[in-house]
This record gives sequence, structure tokens and C-alpha cells, in this order.
Amino acid sequence: MLKKVLKSGEFAVTAECGPPKGADPEAVLKKAGLLKGNVDSVNVTDNQTAIVRMSSMAACSLIRSIGMDPILQMVVRDRNRISLQSDILGASAIGIRNVVCLSGDHMRFGNQPQAVGVFDLDSIQFVKTVKDMRDESKIAGGEALTKAPDMFIGAAANPFADPLAFRVVRLGKKVAAGADFIQTQCIYNLERFEKWMGMVRDRGLDKKCYILGGVTPLKSPGMAKYMKNNVAGMDVPDELINRMQGVPKEKWKEEGIKICVETIERLKTIKGVSGVHIMAIEWEEAVGEIAEKAGLLPRPII
Amino acid sequence: MITAEQKPMNEIRDMIAPYKRILTVGCASCVAECAAGGEKETGALASALRMACKMAGDEKIIHEKTLDRQCVKDFVIQLEDVIKDYDAILSLGCGAGVQAVAEMYNEVPVIPALNTEFLGETRDQGLWVENCLGCGDCMLYFFGGVCPLARCSKQLLNGPCGGSQDGRCEVDPDVPCAWQNIIDRLSSFNALDRLEKIYPPKDWSKKRGAGPRKIIREDQKR
Repeated sequence: MLKKVLKSGEFAVTAECGPPKGADPEAVLKKAGLLKGNVDSVNVTDNQTAIVRMSSMAACSLIRSIGMDPILQMVVRDRNRISLQSDILGASAIGIRNVVCLSGDHMRFGNQPQAVGVFDLDSIQFVKTVKDMRDESKIAGGEALTKAPDMFIGAAANPFADPLAFRVVRLGKKVAAGADFIQTQCIYNLERFEKWMGMVRDRGLDKKCYILGGVTPLKSPGMAKYMKNNVAGMDVPDELINRMQGVPKEKWKEEGIKICVETIERLKTIKGVSGVHIMAIEWEEAVGEIAEKAGLLPRPII
Repeated sequence: MITAEQKPMNEIRDMIAPYKRILTVGCASCVAECAAGGEKETGALASALRMACKMAGDEKIIHEKTLDRQCVKDFVIQLEDVIKDYDAILSLGCGAGVQAVAEMYNEVPVIPALNTEFLGETRDQGLWVENCLGCGDCMLYFFGGVCPLARCSKQLLNGPCGGSQDGRCEVDPDVPCAWQNIIDRLSSFNALDRLEKIYPPKDWSKKRGAGPRKIIREDQKR
């Protein structure tokens, strides 16, 4: 599992599994099955892009049932502090050992734009709340728990959003709040990522948390352009778009995987990067191939 | 101030349909500043309704009157002498104005002609922006005079989120990123260090913790 792999000093591998827009457990098990053996742990997204899907906690439970280590993503968009803390206790009780605390995509982007955005806590306050529950055995406000939850606490960072100088300040706040590990936004602009990592090291943050670089294999030049132009906080350099455009259509996916593998190879050499988070969106079958080609297999058994 | 916008004409007409004698009541305060319910807008709405009703063969008596403040009892009482002549009030006050009139004249239907929007400022001619949530515990000092609760789409107290790009909010490129504003403001007077600390969860009990709020000031009582 993720915590053990990271603590052992091995380069960790996580991937993403998006629950279905329906109640079919097989849909989750099928996706997770494609990842089994290729990764240490699996992030299960929480109604990503604000679209109603099977609950992340339920999908995590299904994934556990086939012997995998799920990472429960939780967004503060849909739940107030009562519900968030309650779900942390419930998740721990059913054996979920990792959580990633996120703000969440805004309701505006999803299929329920009329919904109220809760945002009672922000992601940093949520990290701190989980840490206090785990380490102090107390909930927000200080009341004691009968049993503390056991959670490895994660958070996200986007090295490509603005303002650059403040991104590291915010990362520092997440780490101070209690983040054990960080998964970054998809990395396409390695130059900017390295610059950000330099700032991370200057503040000594790489010594206080594990940083997993996020990667997403491109399926087509259209996808690259869409991400560049339509997804906030995404930085896709033109040379990558040109590179995808430069190969014939039947080779797009192959080229996308190649770029992804090259990115991982580079990440492995960057000081302070402890692993990779492969977000192959609706393309889970690519993860094994990427991990294989990037020399990340077999995964260690610790 | 409190901002508002006039409801669509057909919605107003549906609501006034059952009544024959209607007094349209404007307010010369906030809603006049945002050009939604002042004397001018009240006159315009009343004549538009008279014209529409006449053309539809619907005989109604529609008069107008504008109070200095529709949310203050001392001004609402000015309706005392005329209210008996009407069977409904069409209010161009904000939600507080509508309710202040309703509170005083229990037996008269009071119909809202406006949609009340937010606490904001007049930024420019024809431009009003939301910048206060009325949270009951002002934190503007910490954020350089820019409120993240009112102006950040995700209400982050420890922002900015990963969607801030080129000073714009991910939710809508027309919306400035409040956190970029906060950082710019604080850095302009060397107070960026205020953002190094982690701001704890907001105490929302000061907003809605005990239901609707009220302020009681003994020194102001008579």
C-alpha cells in the first residue's frame, strides 16, 4: 500500500479510477482490475467535474474487496464539516487508509449546476481536521473521539496555476496542516514543474511530505488542445500539441503513451519527487503499459 | 448596499392579476442606487403596467409612491393614509422592504417586483458587484480588504485554488480571481506574511447558527 511503499523509499505509483454514472459494482471492479498489480494504490474520484456518480466511499469499499488499496478522494464542495468528519470515521471503520482532501470542481461545470456549493471547510482546513482526528483523537472544536481514524492524508497541488510564487506558500500550508503526501495536477510543462520543485526544495517541503507527480496520457491532439484551452490550471505546451499532430491518427495513442513514459522517466530524476500519479481518464488499460515501459513494474510487495 | 433587479414583466403581471387597485411602492435607498426600485423605476413600472393592462382590456387602477426607506418603520408608516384605497401593494423594495411593509399591514398582500441579489458596490455606471456576505465576523483585515467568502467562488480562506490562471477564476473568465486580488493588495503594502498562517474553519454560527439574526442595542431604544 501507498504509505508503506513511500516510507520504504521506493518510487510509488498510483492511478485513478472514476466511479460510474450508475449503480453497477462490476463497472468499478472492471476498472480496478485493469490497474491491479500495476499500481500501489488507486485514487477513487469524488463526483469529479461535479457530475453525479457512485459515491467514492462505496467504490473504495468495492476496490478493497478485491485486495487493492484505495485512496478516498473527498471534496469539500458537497459536504459540511459534520458530514466530512463522519465520513472520515466511516471510511476508517471499513478499512480505507488513505484520503485526499480536495476543494472539488465547481458545481458550474457539472450536471447539477443548480446545486448549492457547501465549501464549509476549505481543503487545507479539511487536511488539518483529519490530522487532528487521527493524531489528537479529536474533532473540529476539540471534542474527543472514542477511537481515532487511521488515515494517510493526501492533498493536491497545481504547480501550473497562478500566482507561481504563492503556489509553494500554499503547498507549505497544506504540509503544515498535516498532508503526508501530495499529488500534483497533470504535468506536461516539465520546465515549469522543475522550477516549482526547486521552490519546493528551497522551503524544504520535499522533506516533509511525499510528492507524486501527476501525469495523464494524451489520446489525441484534440485532447491536448482541449486541456490547454478549456481546463483551468492546465499547462500544455504547444510543442506537445505539435508532436501529437505530427503523427498519423492510428499512432496518436502510442505517441501519447510515449510522451507519458518520457515524462515519468524525467520525474524519476527530479530530486524530491517520490512517485507518480497516473490519471488515464477512461483509459485505465493504458496504465499497465505505461508502468511497464517506465520501468515501474513489478510493484514492490512490502 | 443591497442590490436588486426587476422581475420579468410577465411574472409581475401573473402576481398582480387577481387585484384591481394596486399601489406600486418604490424605495429611494439602495434599490434606487442600483436603478431597480427608485422613484424613476417605480414610475416606469407603474406606467408600463397601466399600458399593458389597458391593452389587454384588464381594468386596473395602478398608482405609485416612493418611500425614502422601505425597510424602516418610520417611513413605511407614510402608507397609512392611502393604503385603504388599494387591494394590493406591488413593492419595488428589496426583500427587507417587502417584508417591512407586509409586517406593518398584515391584511394587505405585498407583491415583490424585484429579485433581491446581493450586498455589493457600484463599481461603475451600470456595474454592481457582490463583495460582502454579511457573515457576522469581518475578516477583511487579514485579506487586504478583499473578501474571499464573497468573492472567491469556492469561499476559500486559504486560497487560491488550482483554477486561478492569469488572475481569472476558473468558474468564469469574466470573474477576477479574488485570491489574486488578495495577494496583489497585500503585497502592495508588504503584508503578504498574513497569508502564511492557516485560517481555521469559519464560525458560521455568527451568520445562521441560531436562525434569523437580529441586533439589539439598548442604547438606541426609546
